[in-house]
Amino acid sequence: MAQIEGGGDSGGHKKGPGVKKAKKLSTRVDMTPMVDLGFLLITFFIFTTTMSSPKAMNLNMPKDTKNQDELNKAKESGALTIMLGKDNGVYYYEGQLAPDGSNFKTATFKTIRDEIISKRQDVMKNHVHDSNCEKLKEDAKKAGDPNWETADLDRDFVVVIKPDQDATYRNTVDMLDEMTINDVKRYAMVDITPQEYQVVQATEKTLGK
Amino acid sequence: MPSVKIPKKSTNVDMTPFVDVAFLILTFFIMATKFKPPEPVQVTTPKSVSTTELPESNAILITIDKESKVYFTVLSEKDKSIFTSIISDLNTSKNLGLTDAEKANYSKTYLVGVSFAQLKQLLDLPPEQQKSLKQPGIPVDTTGGELTYWIQAAKSAFAGQSLKYMVKGDNDSKYPAFKYVIEALKKNDQYKYNLITSLEDAPAGTELYKERHRTK
Repeated sequence: MAQIEGGGDSGGHKKGPGVKKAKKLSTRVDMTPMVDLGFLLITFFIFTTTMSSPKAMNLNMPKDTKNQDELNKAKESGALTIMLGKDNGVYYYEGQLAPDGSNFKTATFKTIRDEIISKRQDVMKNHVHDSNCEKLKEDAKKAGDPNWETADLDRDFVVVIKPDQDATYRNTVDMLDEMTINDVKRYAMVDITPQEYQVVQATEKTLGK
Repeated sequence: MPSVKIPKKSTNVDMTPFVDVAFLILTFFIMATKFKPPEPVQVTTPKSVSTTELPESNAILITIDKESKVYFTVLSEKDKSIFTSIISDLNTSKNLGLTDAEKANYSKTYLVGVSFAQLKQLLDLPPEQQKSLKQPGIPVDTTGGELTYWIQAAKSAFAGQSLKYMVKGDNDSKYPAFKYVIEALKKNDQYKYNLITSLEDAPAGTELYKERHRTK
């Protein structure tokens, strides 16, 4: 626009002598190579990017102890034992395993959550108040738990997770995750006993696994 | 001679908005990208509802691959002397007979998945070639196995500093491998671990879901 020099008026318009027409330079730039490059980079970054950053799940294990007094006692009425077997198999029983295996039940990863919830509610319903309850409530209140008033109710609820030799790591983590999901405060990961392993294997056989 | 002029239509399309969008997306991806460190072992981690961030440094990473083989990695970004200290410690206590060059090579080795007997062979290779070597995994058993000594060496090298223990297991790895890893950690009086998982939403209607939505 601010150009003074023109290239001679061969353009047609005649404005008069001495008036030189400003030559219009196109402001358009060919952007095709830039777009090409842009998309190349986009493709590159799409392929290399990892969207979800990994997260850490905390796991605390108890110290091994030979001393029987130090062991946490679980009340039979509040215990739920979950066993993990081959091919994502989930088995559970409440309290202690009956010698004939009559309370041994089969579940899946979808149904076990309901079992945990119903067992928990069961335990909460049958809760008997004693002197420790108030202390538990106090602790929960201090810790800022909004449900502190009911913190003592599921005190006896313990889930014991027993993965066997055929269980995968994923099953184990899923089950630990299930504890977080259902707000199970007391749970433990323990080795499966030979008796339980036998029952699990027998059940797996009948299920055709 | 009067000629009929055919109006010339320009074939040029205005590409400016197109370019705008393209570069917007490009910027987004550049910002969102975080380059992963080279992973010689492919591990697909399970999902969990946990939202804790991973420690980046001052940590020990124990990897379990899908064949239940165990690998050992030390993550120490700032202090490279940790590596020297670990390998020298093991060299003396286990009589590995490593040369100085091999020891120096350890700090460039991302992960170790061999027994002590094969360690010399692994460290003889330059880091780029270690990937091609098929590593059989660190021997572990019900008493922790050789992994115990690795952890022990790392623990003493990190003495006085905070040290996190991370376990990165593959979906399909078997439980016993995980149990043995825990056993090895327990032997060293370590009871708190971080399991590496990828994020998953809390299922609707559960206790955790209620809690998370109440606090928000």
